[in-house]
Amino acid sequence: MGMTISQKILAAHAGREHVEAGELLNCKVDVILGNDVTAPVAISEFARLGRERVFAADRVVLVPDHFTPNKDIKAAEQAKIMRDFAHQQGIHNYFEIGQMGIEHCLLPEQGLVGPGDLIIGADSHTCTYGALGAFATGVGSTDMAAAMATGEAWFKVPESIKFVYYGQPSRWVGGKDFILHAIGDIGVDGARYMSMEFTGEAIRTLSMDNRFSMANMAIEAGGKNGIIAADDITLAYIKDRFKRPYQIYQSDPDAAYARTIEYDVSQLEPVVAFPHLPENTRPVSQAGEVWLDQVVIGSCTNGRIEDLQAAAEILKGHKVYPGLRLIILPGTQAIYLDALRRGFIEIFIEAGAAVSTPTCGPCLGGHMGILAKGEKALATTNRNFVGRMGHPDSEVYLSNPAVAAASAIKGRITPPWEV
Amino acid sequence: MKFTGKAYKFGSNIDTDAIIPARYLTTFDPAELARHCMEDADPEFPFKVKPGDMIVADKNFGCGSSREHAPIAIKGAGIACVVADSFARIFYRNAINIGLPILESPQAAAAIQEGDQIEVDLESGQILNLRSGEVYQATPFPEFMQEIMARGGLINYVKETG
Repeated sequence: MGMTISQKILAAHAGREHVEAGELLNCKVDVILGNDVTAPVAISEFARLGRERVFAADRVVLVPDHFTPNKDIKAAEQAKIMRDFAHQQGIHNYFEIGQMGIEHCLLPEQGLVGPGDLIIGADSHTCTYGALGAFATGVGSTDMAAAMATGEAWFKVPESIKFVYYGQPSRWVGGKDFILHAIGDIGVDGARYMSMEFTGEAIRTLSMDNRFSMANMAIEAGGKNGIIAADDITLAYIKDRFKRPYQIYQSDPDAAYARTIEYDVSQLEPVVAFPHLPENTRPVSQAGEVWLDQVVIGSCTNGRIEDLQAAAEILKGHKVYPGLRLIILPGTQAIYLDALRRGFIEIFIEAGAAVSTPTCGPCLGGHMGILAKGEKALATTNRNFVGRMGHPDSEVYLSNPAVAAASAIKGRITPPWEV
Repeated sequence: MKFTGKAYKFGSNIDTDAIIPARYLTTFDPAELARHCMEDADPEFPFKVKPGDMIVADKNFGCGSSREHAPIAIKGAGIACVVADSFARIFYRNAINIGLPILESPQAAAAIQEGDQIEVDLESGQILNLRSGEVYQATPFPEFMQEIMARGGLINYVKETG
């Protein structure tokens, strides 16, 4: 029996020729990630282990992005714990405010993760790096602590679901819609403990930014990881970024899958997920009349340059609807600068949007755009759970950046072709 | 190890934002997190829960964020065990790693009602409903995870095994 791409990467990192779904493995990890919320807990647990040094300072990446720039004194104290640890351990992949970005936009951009890597991160959206043909998965802070000490982590070899996307998508449909549609189809636990493997002609022609959006949301279907085999588009992206040797893996033709699901993307409309689960999806034309108080464009799901470009193309020459708050957060400083040079930032500000330094901020209800009781927001983020962006009686709707921009102009959830 | 306590029932897809909202993640002190445990699912929960009580939930408990603050808040509130139809992957891993007892049993999740007194035996995975007399069998943990749990979590396991 052949192996899936995910099984091959795990096997390689466990020093094994062959593994089967369900086996427990101890694997060497290539990269370990933490942020200002999860790393302080990991650093406290690391201290309990009694180890002086992390196993390899160049394999630990620390990014202050959740409650930064520090939103209050307690957030500042947590950020300081991580900063001090980075200095003390000689961890040079610590990114201070001014150089930082949202972690899952930043690590690929900085060339810290690449094809064939095994990456764990104390953040559930670590699965984003699967877009590079890596096995990447979210873990908790204790796993991060143990891995910082040993360079290893335990894994159960997952079964896989194969998603085959074919056909030519229409102008306003992209990776965010591909993944929301799949989550709506299989549900928020439809891929629980499993690997989600995205294949097919519509994936092979998809840009890296769109692939990152897809792999990013594997966790929203309960997936252990989302993965897209590396190809020419991946190699063009990592060229001049990724410096370590890399390995490209493909699933064997006779690999076993728990399920294979096919989607004809030519039939897809942009998708909106209604409160309070990402599985509550509808085509945008069937959203009905949902008036909005706030629109957020950004996050580790949709804070990349193509996302900002899609928003800028729609917002150009338009004004934000009176009384609506449009907040745009470029994912990294490099993306911010790129958007500035291309004129997107000017378009946003002239439209009446607030443009922020990179932060996870509003996505998790941290800061920079919290909702009051009864308020509704449309966001290009990844979760719309109860209270996710603020008050427990507020509502979050999820969409792609084009729908978000069009909705910011019209004041209600609006298809992009109506602007 | 056997525990007896009162069951608090929750539905499916209880996410980690409901278990501990992000607005409280500027600390990882268990007592402070416990004061807001399950707050967005049941605002009264932190006030009525007593040490030794249990959480019983349906499918996919702990979905969403990887925040270990979620099992820390539950453990901090004195919850003796979480019984669910199923657990989201990262929560499951985190609970084992920090030594919060959890048991997976679709039968127990379906049959236990709010307020039932239940007794759980972590070694055998048996869950006894003291109201109805029914016994439910939880899915056994792999030996490796049992070892982590027996040592009180992953940090002790790594310390003691190298």
